[in-house]
Amino acid sequence: MHPRWFLVLLLTALPVWARAPLVLATTTSVNDSGLLDAILPGFTRETGIPVKVIAVGTGQALAIAGRGDADAVLVHAPSLEAGFLAEKKGILHACLAKNRFLIVGPPADPAGVRWETNVLNAFRKIYLKGALFVSRGDRSGTYVREQRLWKAAGLRPQGKPWYLESGSGMGATLTLASEKGAYTLTDLGTFLFTQTRLKLAPLFDRDDPRMLNQYSFMAVNPERYPWVKFEEAKALRAYLLRPDVQAAIGNYQKARFGRSLFEPLGGECILPIK
Amino acid sequence: MNEVLEITLRSLGVSGAATLIAAAFGLPLGLWLGARGAGRLARSLLYAGMGLPPVVVGLFFYFLFSRSGPLGGLGLLYTLPAVAVAESVLAFPLIAGFTMAGVASRAEGVRRLVKSLGGNELQAFLTLLAESRRVVVAALAAGFGAVISEVGAVTIVGGDIRHATRVLTTAVVLETRKGELERAAVLGLLLLGVTLVVSGLLVVFGEREAA
Repeated sequence: MHPRWFLVLLLTALPVWARAPLVLATTTSVNDSGLLDAILPGFTRETGIPVKVIAVGTGQALAIAGRGDADAVLVHAPSLEAGFLAEKKGILHACLAKNRFLIVGPPADPAGVRWETNVLNAFRKIYLKGALFVSRGDRSGTYVREQRLWKAAGLRPQGKPWYLESGSGMGATLTLASEKGAYTLTDLGTFLFTQTRLKLAPLFDRDDPRMLNQYSFMAVNPERYPWVKFEEAKALRAYLLRPDVQAAIGNYQKARFGRSLFEPLGGECILPIK
Repeated sequence: MNEVLEITLRSLGVSGAATLIAAAFGLPLGLWLGARGAGRLARSLLYAGMGLPPVVVGLFFYFLFSRSGPLGGLGLLYTLPAVAVAESVLAFPLIAGFTMAGVASRAEGVRRLVKSLGGNELQAFLTLLAESRRVVVAALAAGFGAVISEVGAVTIVGGDIRHATRVLTTAVVLETRKGELERAAVLGLLLLGVTLVVSGLLVVFGEREAA
């Protein structure tokens, strides 16, 4: 090849190579809702930093980041986040957005969850009725919350014949619950996106602190993993917390569903990280 | 570029690369073992390899390529080359095993025939190679089919990153997870179509008699 053409090739390739991509490990609910596809291109345009998104459950996202294979995480399980911070694997924790968890189930609602104002009583009713319930059965943020709710209600559903563990993501779990006429706990975003094709009704959809779903950002600690792209992670954190981006998060798909999928938190946590 | 096309081409590319890597090692090994007659141990190992669980292979390469792992410095985790390497390990025993079994079933007859016509061992081996085109095609099709339809290893090692490591199988998983079952089904049909076309091309061009 003529050297001049090689130079041209190099220069055209340069913008792509100029900044190595940032790896963001995140939960399926944030990614599958399309939120990241809506807000991350703006970050890449402004900073030239491409972002590679790995969408897995919260437990797996933290495991990947805990080996230094991601540069930042976006997750929703305060208790697991607290452990991640305590082990000095993550730093610069910031709460980005919230929505809520819902109990959804068959529209006929055999356990009568619809009439409950206390979520723990709703879980007790499902338990006493022995109504089918699908659990994620993984270490996702939703599963962690579900376990806390059963525990807070003083119940142990594991091993009951009506308690099914799907072992799959939220969308697949909702489909399973719909096919089986079962109850399940879901995040608002995934439910709104899949609702139209499901025979599931929102049965507990209330402003209850126990059902608050809080999404947090953490950078992976460069002191522990010297190879991580910490400056890039800091830039992403700053971008996600910027008022205009926070507003964009709050407005994402709001017109379509008539409510916010993600309500911005501006960095302030409501649920304690512990 | 249309994203579906992009994903399809990536699937083809990475599966093709993995099949080629696996064939580079698997075909010679299979031919050699088939021609000289493989022992029970070699056969058992190869056949066991045909059943290698993709998720386990994926996990192995995850640990290998993880930044905290022995080859972490290469920065290969969540890239296509890493996926191709992991997939080639899955395809290798299939290609070697099919080749070995196919060649072995002909080896004795060909050798006897060539010898009866006054040929030597080398001529017998070369004839066996020429006679084994169909076997090689079957082996390549098995390897490619296993790799392009594989979802466990490619998810763990590749991470299903959009515009980087998303392939047809992981796209099907993603759309299913999102509840977009129709889109998942379309991608699934596309995957079947791609496999069919590649198998067809392999048969048409691979089995054509050398002029």
